[in-house]
Amino acid sequence: MAKAATSIASQPTYNYQVVRQFAIMTVVWGVVGMAVGVYIAAELAWPLLNFDIPYITFSRLRPLHTNAVIFAFGGSALFATSYYVVQRTCHTRLFCDGLAAFTFWGWQLVIVLAAITLPLGITSSKEYAELEWPIDILITLVWVAYAIVFFGTIFKRKTPHIYVANWFYGAFIITIALLHIFNNLAVPISLWKSYSAYAGVQDAMVQWWYGHNAVGFFLTAGFLGMMYYFVPKQANRPVYSYRLSIVHFWALIFTYIWAGPHHLHYTALPDWTQSLGMVMSLILLAPSWGGMINGIMTLSGAWEKLRSDPILRFLIVSISFYGMSTFEGPMMAIKTVNALSHFTDWTIGHVHSGALGWVAMISMGSMYYLIPRLFGRELYSLKLVELHFWTATIGIVLYISAMWVSGIMQGLMWRAINPDGTLTYSFVESVQAMHPYYVTRWVGGVFFLFGMLVMAYNVLRTVSSPKTTEVNDKIIAPALAHH
Amino acid sequence: MFDSTLFINDFWNWFIIILTLGGIVGVFWLIIWMSSSRPKPDQKIETMGHVWDESLEEYNNPLPLWWLMMFYFTLVFGILYLVLYPGLGSFAGILEWSSAKQHQQEVEAAKSKYGPIYAKYQNEPIDKLIANPDAVETGRHLFMTYCNVCHGSDAGGGPGFPNLRDNDWLYGGEPETIKTSITSGRQGMMPTAEQNNLHGENDINNVAQYVLSLSNRQHDTAAADEGQKIFMQICIACHGPEGKGTPALGAPNLTDDTWLYGGSEDKIKETIAKGRQGRMPAHGELLGEAKVHLLATYVYSLSKEKK
Repeated sequence: MAKAATSIASQPTYNYQVVRQFAIMTVVWGVVGMAVGVYIAAELAWPLLNFDIPYITFSRLRPLHTNAVIFAFGGSALFATSYYVVQRTCHTRLFCDGLAAFTFWGWQLVIVLAAITLPLGITSSKEYAELEWPIDILITLVWVAYAIVFFGTIFKRKTPHIYVANWFYGAFIITIALLHIFNNLAVPISLWKSYSAYAGVQDAMVQWWYGHNAVGFFLTAGFLGMMYYFVPKQANRPVYSYRLSIVHFWALIFTYIWAGPHHLHYTALPDWTQSLGMVMSLILLAPSWGGMINGIMTLSGAWEKLRSDPILRFLIVSISFYGMSTFEGPMMAIKTVNALSHFTDWTIGHVHSGALGWVAMISMGSMYYLIPRLFGRELYSLKLVELHFWTATIGIVLYISAMWVSGIMQGLMWRAINPDGTLTYSFVESVQAMHPYYVTRWVGGVFFLFGMLVMAYNVLRTVSSPKTTEVNDKIIAPALAHH
Repeated sequence: MFDSTLFINDFWNWFIIILTLGGIVGVFWLIIWMSSSRPKPDQKIETMGHVWDESLEEYNNPLPLWWLMMFYFTLVFGILYLVLYPGLGSFAGILEWSSAKQHQQEVEAAKSKYGPIYAKYQNEPIDKLIANPDAVETGRHLFMTYCNVCHGSDAGGGPGFPNLRDNDWLYGGEPETIKTSITSGRQGMMPTAEQNNLHGENDINNVAQYVLSLSNRQHDTAAADEGQKIFMQICIACHGPEGKGTPALGAPNLTDDTWLYGGSEDKIKETIAKGRQGRMPAHGELLGEAKVHLLATYVYSLSKEKK
């Protein structure tokens, strides 16, 4: 008996500890980041909510919201899933437990420092890269450790081939390192203040090279990695097309890196750079949709599962939103469309159809799959997953349709002119006209946050319930290829 | 002109061209390669034969045709666009389009289209023009485009930005003076207490009490008497012996209970202690004389409304 127990205990296992930690923090930071988002949405509709307190003005909480949802919520989801996926598809334990633990605690420290410095007004003022240089250095250290753990695991894999999910996670890790370092090059003048190493239009170009590829690699490639594991697993179907995954992978990572200039249409950026950014953004449509097709078509032959499985519904609806926003993005990158949409709420709507619809929903679906398996428990309630799915979907629809209407209205009001060539509307009239849509957007946000709270409750009940099954973390030999 | 300066030598020019075209051709090659062996319609699609994590497998379905066509279309469109428009290094594109040229053309077009609308009023004197509702309305449109951000949609102003409806003028309210304000701008400057050689809170309070007394507001008489002595030495230079101001300097009348920066005791003290900098930007070059003429007409008509 005792002998048997030791032999089971000594059988090599996957490192689930770090995956559990990141998975739980995904839920925690999701609640926090979305709550801040709902609050600043309320501030836009009712500016009184600033209460004249500088720490909670929109200008300071907005970067806190974006950092919290992208890097804390999305980042934790990426760490959790990539660590889980890379071990299980390489059939080997994560490389270097110590470094993996360092990435967890280091990343949490980055988030806590962000939550302290941003409300204090400490910022480098680069969008999505607001954190000041000491925190940037910490991020770099954590990221290098992440790369060592991830690629170390790939290196010692027991399978001849690298599973497709890992291509995407790998591309995401390498490119984010590159983007983070080059965009944040700066000259510090004190502990909490630095100035960018670039000036003028070069600074703007480097910033949007970073900014758009934060979308392309952090919020897209990484989450495609998630899709390639959790969709076939939850659907229990093979991936639709290997060759499609090759084409869209290489085309996607090649093309994305050029698309940044579309954020700077009709600015001081030279014309040739703007054209190039627009052309590459249009070419990006097909590689993006390649991913959507491969995700959704994986379900072909098993469509009926969508009716009974709310987790699969999260995953598939997220891919649909991915397809929708990757169609919208190239369209908005066309210069004539951009002339209407730029600086309007349309952009905010576009970002959120990607962020809420794609990034958040695929993370939620993946966490519902992952957490019961990590903790050896049954999911507390599938009904609550169902409730979460519908509140989240209603929230997204309210949010993005409000922003579409508001954004197009803004764009049209700004360009409307009288017969004598003067402006028909003053700016403040467009602000006034936006109010009902700001309220609608806030309501959408409340729905989405409510769903996230339901998830947090469901996860809490799940992990605190008595253990029902053994945690399946034993490393098994890879199945033999059956040609 | 803009482009050539960015390429200090030909290397970067060719670097961009080769990288761009090479990349696009590479993507072409990738999709042609990956779609070369299409299975027959009735052929059974097999998995690749690899298995990961017990159950993960991959089919090798062909690339969907509609998707391939879309991909080819965007690539061809991209190349055509780069032939027509700037994008390949310093190659200007065969249409020779540039954003600077487009802007120039649009400005010229707007000038020739809208110019006559403004020009026709240019030679009519402003005090006659205010009786012409079309001219005043056009002036209002201009105001709502260029002036309302600071002076407000109703021209009622705000702290630091003069109310233009109340017939109280810093620099004078005659049509020509208004035109000068718009054309050349104004620079209002109230020095700080330190610059005025006022010493400490006490001096500031005394002067403030005297200023309050000028518009018959509640004040501390003893302090106001002290303040008057300072006023007559220092403030008098701009605001005059009676505190009625000097339009030539833009120094406000302090007796009419109209306040640019707020008339509370605290605000008056703040003005005396820290000074004020008021700036109306010059608009002559931006708008041209015809538009300035109509704007002045509108602003002048506002002050006539009240009477």
